[in-house]
Amino acid sequence: MKLLVTVMPKNGVLDPQGKAIAQALGTLGFGGVNDVRAGKVIELDVAETDPAKARAAAEEMARKLLANTVIESFRVETA
Amino acid sequence: MKAAIIVFPGTNRERDMKIALERASGHAPAMLFHRETELPAGTDLVVLPGGFSYGDYLRCGAMAAQSPIMAAVRAHADRGGLVLGVCNGFQIMIEAGLLPGGLLRNATLRFLSMDCRMRVERAGTPFTGRWQKGATFRAPMAHGDGNYFADEATLDRLEGEGLVAFRYVDDRGEVTPEANRNGSARNIAGILSPNLRMCGLMPHPEDLVDPLMGGEDGLPMFESLVESLAETA
Repeated sequence: MKLLVTVMPKNGVLDPQGKAIAQALGTLGFGGVNDVRAGKVIELDVAETDPAKARAAAEEMARKLLANTVIESFRVETA
Repeated sequence: MKAAIIVFPGTNRERDMKIALERASGHAPAMLFHRETELPAGTDLVVLPGGFSYGDYLRCGAMAAQSPIMAAVRAHADRGGLVLGVCNGFQIMIEAGLLPGGLLRNATLRFLSMDCRMRVERAGTPFTGRWQKGATFRAPMAHGDGNYFADEATLDRLEGEGLVAFRYVDDRGEVTPEANRNGSARNIAGILSPNLRMCGLMPHPEDLVDPLMGGEDGLPMFESLVESLAETA
C-alpha cells in the first residue's frame, strides 16, 4: 500500500525557502499571501497491507531518517 | 597521531584535511571509504571532512550518517575517541546524533564562499588548546546549509556547559549580526560534545594551514589535536 509522509519545517524554525517563494509570489502579483512554508512529500510503497501497521512503520521511518525532528515535523497519511 | 579521514561519495575536502593533519603531525592519515566497517587499529582521531556527501539528498549529511562506517565511528566516540567534523562533516555528526541541533539553509538562501572570522569561546580542549579564549582567527567557509539551529533550552545548555567552541565575529572580535553570514543561532560556528572529545564546525580551518594557501590561521586546531594526543600518550 502507498503512504505519504509530509515533512515540514517546524513552527518557529526559520524557513528561508518559504520566505523566498512568498516574495516571488508577491513579485508575480499574487497579493494577500500571508505566509508560505516549504517542505517535502515522500511517497512510500510498502508490502504491508494493514493500514495501522504500515502507518506505524512509516512513522518509525520518519523519526529515524525521513525527518530531522529537531527542525522538522512530519505527518503520515495512507494514500 | 593516528588519524582516519572518512570519505563518502561526494566528499571533496578530504585531501585538504590530509594536508592539514600531515603538516601538524608529520604522519599521513588513513583514508577510509564509507563502506568499511572498522577503523584502523589504534585510531585516535576520526575526521569527517567537508563536501556534499550523497549530493545532499534528503538533508545534508542524512545519508552519510547511515553509512556502514558510522557504527564504528559511533563506537569510537563512545570510547571517548576524538572526532572532528568540518562543514559537511559537522552536518553528518548532527544527523548521526553525535552533536545536538540542526543545520538549516543559510538565512540569505545564498551559498557562502568567503572568509569568516571565528572567536575561540572555549580554550583548553583537544581542538582549541593552542588558542587563548577570545582569540580570533580567519577561516574560509563554503556552504549552503550552515545556519545552526537548536531550541532555546539546548542553546542555553550548550552555553551554560561551555560547549560553544567558536562564534562568528567581526574584525574587532565582536559578535554582530553582520558577522553571522549564515544566520546561525547566537552566532554559533562550532560546538563541542559534553566530554570535549568531539567538535563540529562549519568553516574550514584545514584550508589555511600553509603560507601557500594564504595563511596558517587554521593550523593551531591541528597542532592542538597533536598536542592533546601527545599528552595522553
